[in-house]
Amino acid sequence: MAEGTGFSIHRQPGFTAIAMLCFVLLYLPIILLVIYSFNAGNSIAIWEGFSWRWYQSAWENEQVQEATVRSLIIALWASVISTSVAVLAALATTRTRKFKGQSAVFAMINQPLMVPEIVTAVALLIFFAMIKVATGYTGLMYLIIAHAAFCIPFAYLPIRARLQGMDLSLEQAAADLYATPFQVFRRITLPQLWPGILAGAMLAFVISLDDVVITEFVKSAGQDTLPTYMLGQLRRVVTPEVNAISTALLAISVAMVIAFTVLSKMKN
Amino acid sequence: MTPAISARDLRKVYPGDPPVVALDGVSIDIRDNEFFTLLGPSGCGKTTLLRMIAGFEHPTAGTLSMHGENLLDSPPHKRPVNTVFQSYALFPHLTVSQNISFGLEMLGKPADEIKATVDEMLALVKMEAMADRQTSQISGGQQQRVALARALAPRPRVLLLDEPLSALDFKLRKEMQLELKRLQTETGITFIFVTHDQEEALTMSDRIAVMNAGSVRQIGQPRDIYDHPAERFVADFIGDTNFLAGEIISTENGHAEVRLTSGKTVPAPAPEETQSGRKITLAVRPEHAGISAGNDGLLSGDLREVVYFGTDTHFHVALDDGTAFVVRRQNRPDVASDLQAGTRVSVDFPPLTGQVLRD
Amino acid sequence: MSDLSSSAAKHASRTRWLLLTPALVILVFAASGPLLITLVYSFLTAGAYGGVEWQFSWDAWFNVVFERDIFEDTLGFSDAHLSIFWRSVKLSLLTTLFCIFFGFPTAYFIATRPKKQRDLWMLLIIIPFWTNLLIRTFAVVELIRNEGTVNTVLMALGIIDEPIQMLFTEFAILVGMVYVYLPLMVLPLYASMERLDFSLVEAGYDLYATRLKVLRRVILPLVKPGVIAGSILVFVPSLGAYVTPRVMGGGNQLMIGNLIELQFGQGRNWPLGAALSITLLAIVMIALMVYVRTAGENEVRHG
Repeated sequence: MAEGTGFSIHRQPGFTAIAMLCFVLLYLPIILLVIYSFNAGNSIAIWEGFSWRWYQSAWENEQVQEATVRSLIIALWASVISTSVAVLAALATTRTRKFKGQSAVFAMINQPLMVPEIVTAVALLIFFAMIKVATGYTGLMYLIIAHAAFCIPFAYLPIRARLQGMDLSLEQAAADLYATPFQVFRRITLPQLWPGILAGAMLAFVISLDDVVITEFVKSAGQDTLPTYMLGQLRRVVTPEVNAISTALLAISVAMVIAFTVLSKMKN
Repeated sequence: MTPAISARDLRKVYPGDPPVVALDGVSIDIRDNEFFTLLGPSGCGKTTLLRMIAGFEHPTAGTLSMHGENLLDSPPHKRPVNTVFQSYALFPHLTVSQNISFGLEMLGKPADEIKATVDEMLALVKMEAMADRQTSQISGGQQQRVALARALAPRPRVLLLDEPLSALDFKLRKEMQLELKRLQTETGITFIFVTHDQEEALTMSDRIAVMNAGSVRQIGQPRDIYDHPAERFVADFIGDTNFLAGEIISTENGHAEVRLTSGKTVPAPAPEETQSGRKITLAVRPEHAGISAGNDGLLSGDLREVVYFGTDTHFHVALDDGTAFVVRRQNRPDVASDLQAGTRVSVDFPPLTGQVLRD
Repeated sequence: MSDLSSSAAKHASRTRWLLLTPALVILVFAASGPLLITLVYSFLTAGAYGGVEWQFSWDAWFNVVFERDIFEDTLGFSDAHLSIFWRSVKLSLLTTLFCIFFGFPTAYFIATRPKKQRDLWMLLIIIPFWTNLLIRTFAVVELIRNEGTVNTVLMALGIIDEPIQMLFTEFAILVGMVYVYLPLMVLPLYASMERLDFSLVEAGYDLYATRLKVLRRVILPLVKPGVIAGSILVFVPSLGAYVTPRVMGGGNQLMIGNLIELQFGQGRNWPLGAALSITLLAIVMIALMVYVRTAGENEVRHG
């Protein structure tokens, strides 16, 4: 606010300073983390010149490779599954009058948002342990289902928001023009819902990719994802290799969030 | 001839506490090729009735048929009716011509026929130049035309119009009123038009059904409805009206001799069931009454206020029995108004200009 | 004639539940179902090597707050558990307070920018919000560890001779939690401030209020719902935090989340872990219910 233009009703003493400090503090650690991922030396505090060596060593690390592939497989399946079921659920729960069992349905869909992650993680550990004993199956399916479940609300919310913003009379107009219910969905609803679906899927993908707690509790031996691998590494001496992995994950998240923001603002 | 649309005792009750009665036993016959208007205040049930014909609402009870065939068992996409929506509901992801061809594609028409019809429709609404535009790139009036073309393209037997002009500005609305009337005459399709605007209804319609609180109050030609309102609601909703208390002295072929509170009598058209001796209400339009200084007219009272309106002047009179009465007189530059507030005036109206209302 | 609309309604209802089924099946299998089983487990007897024996017992719930002294066979409060509960509540409250301290001016700053700039500023808040929590925690670790940036810089400047031990303390957990949960405070605060009608602020100044009085008497009461929402959004995950205290506290400074984990690791008392989980869930639910109630009241008052 320029001085001399008179009294600014927006100004509050110290607020701008604290806000600036806040932005600096939010980004300083992340920026340092990214910078030191390019450090030629072993240190995460003393700069010894630019180098790609930690990216190279992460790239060649077999454990990192496996964890990366596993993370991507899980995130891909979890986002596809959660988005598909979320589309159906959003179609069922939007633009209808209050129905019997509505609050129960909403409570179930939003449960992963309300229940502390550690509680869900423990519950899944207990439940899946029972199933593992009963069936003998210890594959990746547990992680995929667990991830799909907690991704559902994240996929559901943007899709539902998009549906709610859609003009109900468009579908009525299509039905009025002889489109069958399926044709209405394919030709009218779906084309307009796409940005919401894509946004939901991307959100689910990022959420799954970033998950630590539930994965840590649900995974069987040798099923590390990138985040749980990193969590394990943090107990040991940390080299900038972890910075390199973090930076790569960070880049994916930032790209996804920006794309998500653009998609949710997109008008038809 | 069987009517185009025939509704019998249609009821629609929305459950709730208390339940909302949207339609309370509506029976209407709409003829083939007519421009029929459902007129009434918001919440009177006119839109519910229209959406019921389209298939978006299901009646709680009653029957609905089209050219003698039951409509109620068909979902919207199997009814040979099309709707022009209040918001137009143009598909935002399709172009103007794709919007118009949508219904034809859904009906599985061959491509060359679709193309021919779309061109014809574009010409009909004078939108040929806009065929490949996105619907967001055209003006409100143009969107209105596209919505019309889209609904007319499949050649429905009945076209439903849900307050389609309400989003347009005044001038455009006047233009579209004439346009709609022209389209209806040219295509010969039955139009069912919903509006709350009495002027719109009077200008365009062949017949009007005035609705209130879920039921039909009067059906008739515009002139009929304006000159001979059947009841107080209709008289009040359409145009301005003065209500006078009176008593029937005698009746003869639909006319009654009415004694006013001033003691003077005047003949007026009356409903058939009117009986002598009954206390009734007489409706008199402000523009049908005259006012002059003096004390010897049909009615007399004190002039309270004179309000200048440009085209005409309104004289607010307090009659001797306490009733408020308004007289409207057209202004002319060569005639000066001599009447001042506070003067004693007499109010007159010619025989047969009033209307005895049904209670 | 029968009620025509009821058969249509029945059809719509069947379609609705059909569409909901896939989502509900997954959620029952991997969210609400396991939660119920956890509740059941909290009433079972602990197995010798982890797991449970299917025998009813109150022990787990008893052990949440009490412990039996083996030598004297007396009953006492479990100091270990209570101190962990206390630390969790204390750190969560402090986290909430610090988040308000930083978040309120930040949200206000963003809300008072020109309309076109606001989205960009908010993007700066949203990016960390969607960034991996572990990575953000790790970024703070690098800053404050003994070989980290802060200590290195201070030593290079000659202000200190040997590194200050910051990591693996309660302070570290607090710093970490404020850092990772701050966006959760800014988001709802901004939402309520963006809707703030600044002509009310003008009216305040017009009626002789100072800047501080306008803040306290006009702005604060109007954005109170946002402050409450943000506080709940920060307090709830802080209370259930697992990753941040594990990484920043280094196994010495436990919070409830880590205590729960221990029951499935070395301690191997699954029913106790289940009971602790349900306890945590109950506290969170109470906090959420208080929030819903205050939010509801506010809506009625302003609505």
